[in-house]
Amino acid sequence: MVVRCEEVWREVSNYLEGEVDPRMRAAMEEHFRGCKHCTAVLDGARNVIQLYGDERMLEVPLGFSQRLHRRLEEGMPRRRGNALGWMMALGFAALVLLSFEVGNSSRPSVLDLRSDMARSGIHIPADLAVVAVSDGKIFHVPGCRFIHDKDKLQTMTAGEAMREGYAPCVRCLKKYLSEGQILGQKEAQTARLEEEDPE
Amino acid sequence: MPETTASLKNAGEPRNEEALIRRIREGEQELFYELIRPYERRVFAATLAILRNEADAEDAAQEAVLKAFKHIRQFRAEARFSTWLIQIAVNEARMRRRKQQAVVMEPMVDQRDDEGDYTPRDFADWREIPSETLERAEVRQKLAEALSSLGQKYREVFILRDMQQLSIEDTAKALGISVPSVKTRLLRARLMLRDLLAPGLGGSWSKALSFAKGNKPW
Repeated sequence: MVVRCEEVWREVSNYLEGEVDPRMRAAMEEHFRGCKHCTAVLDGARNVIQLYGDERMLEVPLGFSQRLHRRLEEGMPRRRGNALGWMMALGFAALVLLSFEVGNSSRPSVLDLRSDMARSGIHIPADLAVVAVSDGKIFHVPGCRFIHDKDKLQTMTAGEAMREGYAPCVRCLKKYLSEGQILGQKEAQTARLEEEDPE
Repeated sequence: MPETTASLKNAGEPRNEEALIRRIREGEQELFYELIRPYERRVFAATLAILRNEADAEDAAQEAVLKAFKHIRQFRAEARFSTWLIQIAVNEARMRRRKQQAVVMEPMVDQRDDEGDYTPRDFADWREIPSETLERAEVRQKLAEALSSLGQKYREVFILRDMQQLSIEDTAKALGISVPSVKTRLLRARLMLRDLLAPGLGGSWSKALSFAKGNKPW
């Protein structure tokens, strides 16, 4: 296969791309061996590709990347996450607290008690006369030997004492506490059964 | 456990662009910076090829990248992201150029039809221009001037293929032209540049450059 100069010029770019078929390639190589003009064309085209393919030939302006990112940042939708997220979190927390409060108020008090003493306290007759130290934490049956600061004693009913936040003395009011503990457990069990089977 | 940005950057690990794009679509918009980082240069090259002015090219490149972000949901996975991005850049630059066209004069070489054969004008032995000479600003300047004198359709194909190393197919897709058109324009661009740089013709500038004693001029 013999190729003319015009055909070589037409295919020289494809030749450099490696996109000519083997027969044409062989014919062109044969042609280059005998044609210095076409060799000069080939060498020049190859040199052009090599030179312009060099990274130094395209200088991106200084700060291009930073300016591009800044423009992107300005164009991107603002993250509402911060304000909205906080508002949602607060709303959720309020909802949890509210449901907790509602739950507390709707349950039988026996299930809400958290200590043996408090649980048993509800079985102390509300009108029972008791005494408590005004800045203390415990209320007693009058005459209890475990009363401290006897000069600060106030007399009240057990109901008032419990409403004020006093806890019953585990010694002088022991009989109510023991009874209350057992009764409290029974009531709790009953309440749980009622929750599982409302019928 | 979600992937972190750092894990996507691990050296030696191929970038999982599909995963990046999915996460951006799901709301991790800051990952878009990571996605475009390797292509910033190409985007600029594409807009510069068309607009020929650095400031305009930079502005068009920024706008193109922003458009790519806004339309990321329209990107189809069967295409290559880089090609899609360059397409947007090319369209943005072309749109701006159309607006400028009333005042922009095309160089003479752009009037050539790309149908028919191109005949090289200089047949002298080619004196190689070594890559090392690119260190010299005046050499880069001359090469840039030669490139700038090409018509737009040749310049954009040449820049995307030979300067940014896009494949012939991706160049065709990015420019919205056929593969044979890319090949024809590429041939002409290469031969025209060769003529412009050849010492016997437009390249006579190369003779004027001084060389240190003992160094071989091209």
